[in-house]
Amino acid sequence: MWEALDDFYWTYQSLIHAIGVNGILALSVYVVLAVGQLSLGQAAFMGVGAYTGALLTVKFGTPFAVSMIAAAAVPALLALVVGGPTLRLTGVYLAIATIGLGEITHIVLLNWDYAGGALGLSGIPERGGVWAIYGTLAVLLVGFTLVARSRVGRAMEAMREDEAAAGVMGVNLPRYRMTALVVSAAMAGIAGCLSAHVSSFIGPGEYGFESAVRILSYALLGGIGSPVAPVLGAAILTLLPEVLRPLADFRLMVNGLIIVLAVLFMPRGILPWRIARTG
Amino acid sequence: MLEQQLVNGVVLGATYALFALGFTLMFGVMGVINLTYGVYFAVGAFAALWTTQALGLPIAAAVVVGALIAGVLAVAIDTLLLTRLRKAKAPELASLMVTLGATLFLYAGMAASLGTEIRRFPAAVFDGGAYSLGEVRVGATQILIFAAALVLVVALMALVRGSRIGLAIRAVAENPDAAALMGIDGALMLRVVSFLSGAIGGAAGVLVGLNFNAIQPFMGEHMMLRGFAVIIVGGLGDLRGALLAGLLLGLAEVLTAAYLSSTLKDMIAFGLLVATLWFRPMGLFGRAAAKRA
Amino acid sequence: MSSSSPLLAVEGLTRRFQGLVAVDGVDVAVREGTVHGLIGPNGAGKTTCFNMISGVLPPSEGRVSLDGHPLDGLPPYRRTARGLARTFQNIRIFSEMTVLENVMTGMHARLTAGLGILWRSPAFRAEERAAKARARDLLGFVGLLAAADHRAGDLPYGDQRRLEIARALACEPRLVLLDEPAAGMNPAETHALLGLLRRLRDERGLTLLLVEHDMPLVMSLCDRLTVLNFGKRIADGTPAEVRRDPAVIAAYLGAQQAEAQTGAVPAEASGHPAEAAR
Repeated sequence: MWEALDDFYWTYQSLIHAIGVNGILALSVYVVLAVGQLSLGQAAFMGVGAYTGALLTVKFGTPFAVSMIAAAAVPALLALVVGGPTLRLTGVYLAIATIGLGEITHIVLLNWDYAGGALGLSGIPERGGVWAIYGTLAVLLVGFTLVARSRVGRAMEAMREDEAAAGVMGVNLPRYRMTALVVSAAMAGIAGCLSAHVSSFIGPGEYGFESAVRILSYALLGGIGSPVAPVLGAAILTLLPEVLRPLADFRLMVNGLIIVLAVLFMPRGILPWRIARTG
Repeated sequence: MLEQQLVNGVVLGATYALFALGFTLMFGVMGVINLTYGVYFAVGAFAALWTTQALGLPIAAAVVVGALIAGVLAVAIDTLLLTRLRKAKAPELASLMVTLGATLFLYAGMAASLGTEIRRFPAAVFDGGAYSLGEVRVGATQILIFAAALVLVVALMALVRGSRIGLAIRAVAENPDAAALMGIDGALMLRVVSFLSGAIGGAAGVLVGLNFNAIQPFMGEHMMLRGFAVIIVGGLGDLRGALLAGLLLGLAEVLTAAYLSSTLKDMIAFGLLVATLWFRPMGLFGRAAAKRA
Repeated sequence: MSSSSPLLAVEGLTRRFQGLVAVDGVDVAVREGTVHGLIGPNGAGKTTCFNMISGVLPPSEGRVSLDGHPLDGLPPYRRTARGLARTFQNIRIFSEMTVLENVMTGMHARLTAGLGILWRSPAFRAEERAAKARARDLLGFVGLLAAADHRAGDLPYGDQRRLEIARALACEPRLVLLDEPAAGMNPAETHALLGLLRRLRDERGLTLLLVEHDMPLVMSLCDRLTVLNFGKRIADGTPAEVRRDPAVIAAYLGAQQAEAQTGAVPAEASGHPAEAAR
């Protein structure tokens, strides 16, 4: 029995890791969508977290926990810089600024020789692994479920439905928006760090525009009625490319198509069940 | 040499201004950030490549063909994706997400069918030679790029500000319901604007592709950062602001590449974008009202 | 508090939209424990006033104070904490949430749970329990208790209006701004609403400021009226005084004649800026 499981794990190791990491990423974009904003910087936050964590581990030999904390903190700071001016304005500005952030992160990583430039960073020691990934995912899922079922969850859903009305109900809109973005960036950074430490290599190409859109498609496919929905969306979309292997180069089109179809025809996602908002 | 760099900067800036003009026109009238705009840019460039390579037509014809094909594509995409959301009065972020998905779909489709290697115009396109003004060399291609950008910008501004169609477009942008009461066919005007901005984006793609002589499916994606920077710095929906900000960005990039570093060049757009958002969210020229949440 | 100083004092409130003056130097004084009506023909600037008082729209000029404390420059959520609540002209309940959750959202500013949420601290659980009980109380008060667990968007129109009132009451306000609470209601619903609003004043001691077009409702409910026309205050007094005021009669007759001539009701200009401010 254990042997069979072990075999299964070794065969599908990278896929199992990817599902967990993408689940965390899906939750990170969910946090922002849940307050009615749109961040397209998740891939950039993930990349910054991955590079921060990996550089600390590789170049300074810091313990994994320290790498993880830094990998959460640096993207969170970036979120403050980008969110500070944009979150006072309508959602379009945050979307634009985070797309810009994604491009600029890509450019910086490509040209940063210390971090390997276009060749990327290799020889990252294996840390954390499957337990760290799924442990983080589980903690986040439980945390978000608890938060959703409280006054904070009610305030978030109110903001998503009608910002002005939520403000009149006493919700401090700028603070909620900012907290959501910072938490989201930190989570994406953690996902990046976890993923870097199970794949031994990271490169600038992994954190581009396509990745940002892919991460968004997890949450849009799953829906944002409950924290479980985006994680489910991530699992499906991570497995999908395996199924769609015959499509070869055209596979990436599927993520784009899913976003279009989800927004137009399925605005609540495939798991429309909505979590209760009382504790 | 400074004068030479200024010339190069003005040529580049003119293409940026042209690119941003179509983008900001689309936003100003539709009220939606349409991310597929970068696709029209790449499609225009590829159409021009095909016109010059397969049909052997001169580059001036290629600009027209690129603009037409991109314009038609823009109308098709707008009709297919955004009409429905507009009718449902969906929130602006929903429209943004739809165009985002469509963008990935189209880029991935182009990359898969056309390949991602960089392509170049046939050498015959650049046969015009160069003119020297003292020590400054100005290529015939540069003159063509600048002239085409200038003509398109002037034509578009004249159309929007001085014609009956322009008046109707501005009425639709201002208040679609009131415009409908005045007998303006709003849906038609939106198609006109889609076509115009798609065509402008396509033409800009041809000219920028010509300027760097490099064409690639994802070229529009990298250009979008500059497009965003220009429309934010110029003020969302502000046509004149976009023109000035585009020129400014082109000059700043060329000068930075010449005197500082070419890596830094790519960061200017983002730096300007964030600085504007922090200090002047209504745009450098302060005419467009920043939309506060 | 003395009867001479009003609970809500609005002085010189002005709002300009690109050269157009929607509200022009309006003064309103609302006494505690009264129902105060803000009336006037379409486009008089009533909703714009509400948006400025509740902080949704910044005024061009003028001051607003609640119980002697200035509210100027405060965002909506701070005004709610000070005791201001409102409903909207076009109902704006959170339609995906349940009826009970809607009311509990109104309590946001009064609840204090913080990190205790993450480990379900006894304090959090006690607060949440109490909030739920109070929300049920309020639903009982407006007659919606049976629908507590329904999706709010599924409620019939009149019930949605009452839910919006319950949600505003959940803010524990001293003053409630009601923007056309009777709009779209049939006579029976309007009659029930009249009773509900009276009970708010008489049983709960609340102060109400309302914008309303239903003149019989306004005349029988309000203790005092302020009349606006073209953004300016043209009259202020008891319903009986206002009814006799020649300026008011002229304003309403003028509006009716204009409607008769164009054959159309003028657009509610005061509603448009509210949309622009979102």
